[in-house]
Amino acid sequence: MIKFVVNGKEAWSEQPADTPLLWVVRDELGLTGTKFGCGMAQCGACTVHLNGQPIRSCVTPVSAVAGKRITTIEGLSQAADHPLQQAWIAEQVPQCGYCQSGQIMTAAALLAKNKKPTREQIVEHMKGNLCRCGTYNQIVAAIQRAAGELQKA
Amino acid sequence: MNFEFRHLSRRAFLVSTGTVAVAIGFGTLLNVRKAFGQATPFSPNGWVRVGTDNFVTVYAPACEMGQGVFTAMPLLIAEEMDLDWSQVRIEQAPYNPKVFGNPLFGGNMLAGASRTTRGYYTIMRLAGMQGRAIMVDNAARKWGVAASECATEPSAVVHKASGRRMTYGEIAAFAEVPASPPNFTPQQLKPMKEFRLIGKDVARVEVPDKVSGRARYGIDVRFPGMLYATVLRAPVNGERALKVEDVDAKKVPGVRHVVPLPYGVAVVADTYPAAQKGRQALKVEWSQASKARSYTTDKVIPEYVQRVRNLDDKGTVYEAHGDARDAIAKAAKRVTAEYTSLNVTHATLEPQNCTARVDGDAIEFWAPTQSPFGVFLAAVKGAGFKPENIKINVTFLGGGFGRRAENDYALDAALIAKAVPGVAVKTIWSREDDTRYTKPRPLTVQRLEAGLDAQGNLVGLHTRIVGESIYRRFAPPAFNASGGKDLPLCEGAYEPTYHYPNFALEQLLEARGVDVAVWRSVGGGYTKFALETFVEELAAAAGKDPVEFRMKLLEKDPRGQAVIREAMALAGWERKRPAGRALGLAYSDIWETYIAMVAEVSVDRKTGKVNVHELWSAVDTGVALQPANVRAQIESAAVWGVSALREKLVYKEGVPQQTNFHDYPVLRMNEVPKITTKVIVSDNKPGGIGEAGLPPVAPAVANAVFKLTGKRLRDLPFKTELLKA
Repeated sequence: MIKFVVNGKEAWSEQPADTPLLWVVRDELGLTGTKFGCGMAQCGACTVHLNGQPIRSCVTPVSAVAGKRITTIEGLSQAADHPLQQAWIAEQVPQCGYCQSGQIMTAAALLAKNKKPTREQIVEHMKGNLCRCGTYNQIVAAIQRAAGELQKA
Repeated sequence: MNFEFRHLSRRAFLVSTGTVAVAIGFGTLLNVRKAFGQATPFSPNGWVRVGTDNFVTVYAPACEMGQGVFTAMPLLIAEEMDLDWSQVRIEQAPYNPKVFGNPLFGGNMLAGASRTTRGYYTIMRLAGMQGRAIMVDNAARKWGVAASECATEPSAVVHKASGRRMTYGEIAAFAEVPASPPNFTPQQLKPMKEFRLIGKDVARVEVPDKVSGRARYGIDVRFPGMLYATVLRAPVNGERALKVEDVDAKKVPGVRHVVPLPYGVAVVADTYPAAQKGRQALKVEWSQASKARSYTTDKVIPEYVQRVRNLDDKGTVYEAHGDARDAIAKAAKRVTAEYTSLNVTHATLEPQNCTARVDGDAIEFWAPTQSPFGVFLAAVKGAGFKPENIKINVTFLGGGFGRRAENDYALDAALIAKAVPGVAVKTIWSREDDTRYTKPRPLTVQRLEAGLDAQGNLVGLHTRIVGESIYRRFAPPAFNASGGKDLPLCEGAYEPTYHYPNFALEQLLEARGVDVAVWRSVGGGYTKFALETFVEELAAAAGKDPVEFRMKLLEKDPRGQAVIREAMALAGWERKRPAGRALGLAYSDIWETYIAMVAEVSVDRKTGKVNVHELWSAVDTGVALQPANVRAQIESAAVWGVSALREKLVYKEGVPQQTNFHDYPVLRMNEVPKITTKVIVSDNKPGGIGEAGLPPVAPAVANAVFKLTGKRLRDLPFKTELLKA
C-alpha cells in the first residue's frame, strides 16, 4: 500500500508500484477531472501538482508520490472558484474541454510563481499542453485576466 | 457498420428542412405524454418537460463536442417557447430518432458535417412554438378566456385584460396536451428582430463543469466493480487473428478475461494498466491477407497521379453544367495544376473509448459518440441485439472532428460486454491505438484545368479528384442511391458559388482497403486549397488582380463578395507589411456559410519553414445563434487548419508510421497565430460553423507564400523544402 495526500486528504493506493499515478487518481480514487491523453507526457491533459509542482501523472509511477502531496483539478480551489477557473468561464475558453483541467493546473503553477507573466512567459510555460480544439489564444487571455485579478487582490 | 440515410444528396437534405421533416418531432405527442404521465413534470411535446417548480428541462438532440450545441439547440426551443433561460435545465436526449433525429441525416441521430444547426433550427423552434401554444391554451382554459387574449413573458402566461399571470410551473400542475396539438409552419416563427435569446451570446451551460473537472466524458464513466478492456487489433485493416496464445496474459494479476474479436483480441481486467500488461503478454498470429498491405503512401501517390492524368478515365461525373472539356479545349489559354493531400488523423484528445453493460438480452451504452445511430447499428448488426433492448447514453466528447461519427469503439464495447455479461466494461484505446487504428481523411490527388478567353475571362473549370471512397463504406445506401457519389470526398468542389460558364467535377474512386473517414471539413480541407490557389494562377494567366478575378466569379453572389471585402478591410489589405511578410487571401462557401480569410505570412528561406503570424476572417453564416461561439468555432477550425499545414499520417504496407503526439505533432500554443474574426449578422438561415474556418487557411497561406517566394505550393502538408533559397 502506498500512502500520500490528495487534495489535502490522506489517500492510499493498493495498485502495483509501477501503476501510473493517473490511473490511481482517476479509477482508484475516482477523481476523473485529470485526463488521459497520450500516456507519454506529450499532451499535458494529465497534469497534477506534486508538492506544488506540475507533473505528468501518466508517466509518474504511484510509488514516486509516497508521502507526498498531490493536487488535482478537483482540489485546486474550494468551490471551483480559483481566479483561473473564473477567468476560464469569463473568457468561455473550453470547447470540448477535455484538455482544460491540465491547462488550468499548468497555468496555476505559473501564477503561483509569477503573478504577472508576459505573453511570452505564458506561452513558454504552457506550450507543453495540447488543445486539439485550438483554444490557445483564449487560454492566454484567461491567464492574463486571472493575473489581472490577482493584481487587484 | 453501415449507415442508412433515407435522404441522399445534400440538396435533398436541404429541401426537407422545415417542411415534411417537422412531423418527425411531433409524431408521438400523446405517447410522450403517456410516457411522462407518472412524473410530476408536464411535457407539451417530446422535447420539453415543464416542472411544477418552474424549471424546464429541454433535450439537446446532438452531442456536445466543443461546438456549443448543448446550449445552442435548447436555446431554440427556449426562444420560441418563451422560457426563462435561468430556469432551463438541459439533458442529453436519449436514443429516440423519432423525436430527436436530424432531418438532414434522414431523421437519424448523428452530429457532423456541420448539419446540427442547419438540421434542427426550424424543427426545434417549431417545437418551442408548439410548447408555448399549449401552455397558453391551458392557462386560457383555466381562466375561461380566449387564448388569443393571452401573451407570454419568460416562463409565464399573462392575461393583460384581467391582470392575471400564471407561471409555466403553475400551469404544469394541471396542464393537458390536446388530442390534436397545434401545429405551426415556419412562416409563423418569430422574426429575427424579436429574438430574445438567439444571437445574444448566452454563456455555454457546460463550461463551469469543464473548468472544475466535473464534466463527464465517456472515459470518465465509472461503476462499482466495473472492468476495463483494451484491444489488440490486427496490425493491418481487415485482418484477423489466426492463433492466440494467451497463457501469459492470463497470468498477469488483475486480468480476468481474454476475448477473441473478429478483428483482434480483447483483454479484460480489473484496471486499465493491468489490461495493458495482459495485452503486452499476448502472442498472436495474424492472417496477413489484407488488400491494405499494398497501401504505402509513397507508392500510392504516383499511381493516383497517373490516374488523374488519364482523361479517358472519367470516373463518376459528380456535377457538371455546360461542356467544360470542350470549352477548355477551345479556350484562348489553358491552365492546369495538380494537387496532393496526404492522410491525416483526428487525434481527438480523448482517445476512443466506450462503456457497455449486458444484462440478459439487453445492452446499455455510455458512449462519447457523434452518432448514437452508429452505436445502435453496432449493437444490432455487429453484436446481434434487438433494437428494443438497446439503451444509449451519450456523454460529453473530448473532441469529435468526425472520428466519433464512426462506431468501431462501440462495436468493441458491445462485443466485449456480451462476452462478459453482468458487469460494465469500459474499453479504452491507447493514444497509439487511436493513431494507428484511426480512420483517416483520404489521401487525394486533384487535377484542375481551366480555360480563359482572349479577354482573360474564365470559360470553364474541369476538376478531377482521385481518392479512396468514404461513403462506400460509411453510408452505402446513400452512396449507391446517388449513383456512387462520394459527398464528403468531393466536399467543397461541388455546388460552387463561383460562377463557371462550363463546369465538370469528376470523382475517381479508389479501393485500396484502407478505411477512410470524415475529418473536420473533409473535402473542404483540400478542394479549397486547390481551387483557391488555382484561382490565383488563373488570375495571373489572365493578367488580372486575383481579388478582382474572384469578384467577377462572384458577381451573382453578393454575400460571397461581401465577406471578401470585409476580410480585406479587417486585415488592412492595402497597408504595407514589414519586410519579409506578405498577405494571402482565400474564400470558402461550404455548409451554407460564407467565409474569406487573409493570412500574414513569412518564410524562413534557410529551412523553408512557413510562419503564419496572423489571420483575419469575415464570416457570414446567416443568423448567428451565438455570435461569440461562431467566432470561437471559426478560430478553432482556423487553428486546426494551421496545424494541418504540416500534419501527415504516412502508411507503409498498410500500417501508419506515426503513433503519438511526438511523431504526429499537432499545433501548440507557441505556434498559434493571432486571429481576428468578424461575424456578419444577417437573417439568412443559419449555416454550419464548426468546419467553415478550416478550408481557407491553407490557400490563404499558400497564396502569401507565392508572393514571398514565387513558388506555388501544391501539396498538403506543404512541401516546405521547395521554399529553401
